[in-house]
Amino acid sequence: MANVLINAPKSVKKGQAFEVKTLILHPMETGFRPGTNGTIIPRNIIEDFVATYNGVELIRLKLSSAIAANPFVAFQVAVTESGTLAFRWTGDEGFAIEQSVAIAVE
Amino acid sequence: MQRRSFLAGTTALVAVLPLASAHATPESLQAAIREVVGSAALREGKVKIDLPALVENGNTVPLGVTVDSPMTATDRVKAIHVFNEKNPQPHVYTATLGPGLARADISTRIKLGDSQKIVVVAETSKGEFWTASADVIVTLAACLEDLT
Amino acid sequence: MRRLALVVLAVFAATYAFAQTADKRRSGYADMDASVQKMQDDDTANPAMLWVQEGEALWGKPVGSANLACADCHTPARLGGMAGVAARYPAWSPALGRAIDLEGRLQLCRTLHQKGPALADESRELLALTAFVARQSRGQPVASPDDRRLDATLRSGETLYKRRQGQLNLSCAQCHDDNAGQKLAAVTIPQAHPTAYPLYRLEWQALGSLKRRLRNCLIGVRAEPYPYSAPEYVALELYLAKRAQGMKVEAPGVRP
Repeated sequence: MANVLINAPKSVKKGQAFEVKTLILHPMETGFRPGTNGTIIPRNIIEDFVATYNGVELIRLKLSSAIAANPFVAFQVAVTESGTLAFRWTGDEGFAIEQSVAIAVE
Repeated sequence: MQRRSFLAGTTALVAVLPLASAHATPESLQAAIREVVGSAALREGKVKIDLPALVENGNTVPLGVTVDSPMTATDRVKAIHVFNEKNPQPHVYTATLGPGLARADISTRIKLGDSQKIVVVAETSKGEFWTASADVIVTLAACLEDLT
Repeated sequence: MRRLALVVLAVFAATYAFAQTADKRRSGYADMDASVQKMQDDDTANPAMLWVQEGEALWGKPVGSANLACADCHTPARLGGMAGVAARYPAWSPALGRAIDLEGRLQLCRTLHQKGPALADESRELLALTAFVARQSRGQPVASPDDRRLDATLRSGETLYKRRQGQLNLSCAQCHDDNAGQKLAAVTIPQAHPTAYPLYRLEWQALGSLKRRLRNCLIGVRAEPYPYSAPEYVALELYLAKRAQGMKVEAPGVRP
């Protein structure tokens, strides 16, 4: 079950900046940690986070093992028309989660 | 059994900290920065790093980065690169900023294996590179849980 | 001159009386870095809310041979319907004839009413449901019940809290009563109030129960931790709840 928390306003003023906050459940296993038997636990991280608005890319993050578990990403957006704010997280072990929210411009 | 695995866990934790053979060094940090900047000049300023000076646990450290930029079509921040000095790898994240971003202002949470320096490089649409760094002290909790 | 002496005496007496009655109890929250406090305070940035969200979904999902969801009995299912419940646990269970904590209560509902299998201790589902219920008591005072049937458990919790144990031969009280506020390595020793559980510990990089934390302390003094099902945990949880009576519930909290 995808467990994602997205915080963005439902309606905004045209062109006015607003903050978007995202949290996703993921262990972000670094690939550098030995397990209890001494062998290294294989890396399992989210490598890419992309946010788009009406299909146009807003921000793309290339993540590394240095990102904390349950990654949090927040950024500031301004839009001029109503539309869909979509997010995609992809990573090791075929991890791929998409989620979107609607934004209305007043 | 619990006690033995606790001791084993403690040893393992010590082993992944500064003694580990493969970790970023000030040299690999410089190399990683050079890979991004190339031969362009790297100037101090415009970048602001929001990072606690002292953290009790390096597993989840809030990191805010803002860059002073008008963020217009012709004068904006194109990318933000974050590096560290002593984690196993020098890269933390690279953000590519599209025109829809209102501000060059990104918050994340990072892992820090040791007390070290964080370096941020911002790349503008004019081809300039601005940088800032912040030092952070990471302490370890006194009572650590075993790994089982 | 005499008048001045009287005034000084009165001020001293008032200050002394205030110092005697002022609540010196302090949540571990107060000793955290501002950045971690901020993480707890903002539901849209608090990673524990991932579990709360999952708990809300599980609350509405029918389980067991009775095919009942928690929400079928407890309405409304949305946040708020279970307000104040978590603040009262551990409490007496007439069905079991012993004290149970909030996790125990959720398990009892599952096996007794929903007629399904109990959830694994410290499992994501159990933590999610606990977090969902506990979140609804945030801001309410801890209200451990005044119930004579709990007396024996409470006494045994106090005994456990004050008993030296482990290779380090330390009791809970030696750290968390006698030396609270002092430093252990770089960390401020907290007073050990259970008001923020279940909580997201940065060390764990996950949500965990008060039992997990108590187990962590036992390992810290190098004692053999009790199994998750041990009644000792519930006894300690009850004693800690009584000690924190009236303090504000912060669940789900964030701690380093």
